[in-house]
Amino acid sequence: MKQPSPRGEAGALLLAVIGGTGGSGREDLARLDAVVEAAVARTPDILHDDDLQLTLFCLYELHYSGIDGVVDDWEWDLQLLGVRQRIEAAFEARVRAEAVVGALPEATSEAVCAELFRLTGEDSGPSMSRFVAKTATHDQLREFLVHRSISQLREADPHTWAIPRLAGRAKAALVEIQADEYGNGLLARMHSSLFARTMRELGMDDAYGAYLDAAPAITLASNNLMSLFGLNRRLRGAIVGHLAAYEMTSSLPNRLYSRGFARHGYGDAATGYFDEHVEADAVHEQIAGRDMAGGLVESDPQLLPDVLFGAAAALAVDSLMTARIMAAWEEGRSSLRPSEAMAS
Amino acid sequence: MSAGTGSAPDGSGPPAHALNSGPATPVSVVACPNGPLLIRGDFELIGPDGNELPRTRRTVALCRCGASVLKPYCDGSHKLTGFRSDP
Repeated sequence: MKQPSPRGEAGALLLAVIGGTGGSGREDLARLDAVVEAAVARTPDILHDDDLQLTLFCLYELHYSGIDGVVDDWEWDLQLLGVRQRIEAAFEARVRAEAVVGALPEATSEAVCAELFRLTGEDSGPSMSRFVAKTATHDQLREFLVHRSISQLREADPHTWAIPRLAGRAKAALVEIQADEYGNGLLARMHSSLFARTMRELGMDDAYGAYLDAAPAITLASNNLMSLFGLNRRLRGAIVGHLAAYEMTSSLPNRLYSRGFARHGYGDAATGYFDEHVEADAVHEQIAGRDMAGGLVESDPQLLPDVLFGAAAALAVDSLMTARIMAAWEEGRSSLRPSEAMAS
Repeated sequence: MSAGTGSAPDGSGPPAHALNSGPATPVSVVACPNGPLLIRGDFELIGPDGNELPRTRRTVALCRCGASVLKPYCDGSHKLTGFRSDP
């Protein structure tokens, strides 16, 4: 993706070092570490900290499709990994404080599945899908796509990190879901392709990261959460719980999102992405709850708390993101950061 | 994977459920508590006119609460209606 604009001292220093525009010596990396340590210590809330969330996002991006002008070798640079772990530790602690897991169900597939459906069925704050269906303006539809584009233009990728970390029933279930996410071998049916088509229908740039500068910290945090869970093997229970929660909160909202775009006169090319998810995720949520999450817990009962934590974390962080977007819209403001991409 | 069953990258290839070759996989039906019937394996879904129903995935969830707007497929509506599968 193209290099984003830094949002503070940490991001500016990181991009200067890995982009080769500021020194790339070890002393610059030591300074980055010190800057990040101080930023982590003084942030009032890392979930809404633009500089730290963008810095973490860029560090994770080295493991995905990379950043323009950044040499691939930075991916496994030990000092950068150390910086990443500093931010990750504070981020994970903050999310664990936000996503409290209640009483644990039995470590059986059916009990885990039932608990995940119960957890994801609880109402949590304002509904963006109902608003999009009935009220959202055309500009708000575009804003909605900007927030979603950060994850949906590479939909399924963060959860794919979990495949080699699972075995047996849970692995078969995850692969069954992911194969569908990637279009079962048909590029045009790949969910990220469907989302890109929706963006093009609204005259938007479908390049990955085109609107990154417009995405607020909490939108980046929602994405960073998946990378945190996906890239750390110790959190394999959490990435599985996270995917289950996403699948279980998808069918009904996507039907409403589709309605919102149809209300503005858009046809199948724009609504196809949402329509596909109504049917797909009604299948996926059953596989995810029973075979993937339930299967994982049955094979390794110690992972039960993290499976539920991953689900609770997905709901908690996305609920904060929704609350922030809805608060802006209710006040007649944009939910985005000012950026050149949205101005053009 | 076999050379003869590749599909066009524009999505115009064979339906997803027909992509796998080899011997047929036995069909299994999971009656999901308070939810749909999940059907896996090699099967055909036939409409009342005898023709195969439009289908884009190998594993499908069939509505059994009656509220889906995508029937015969599930659309998650059972969660809104509070459908209970136990007698």
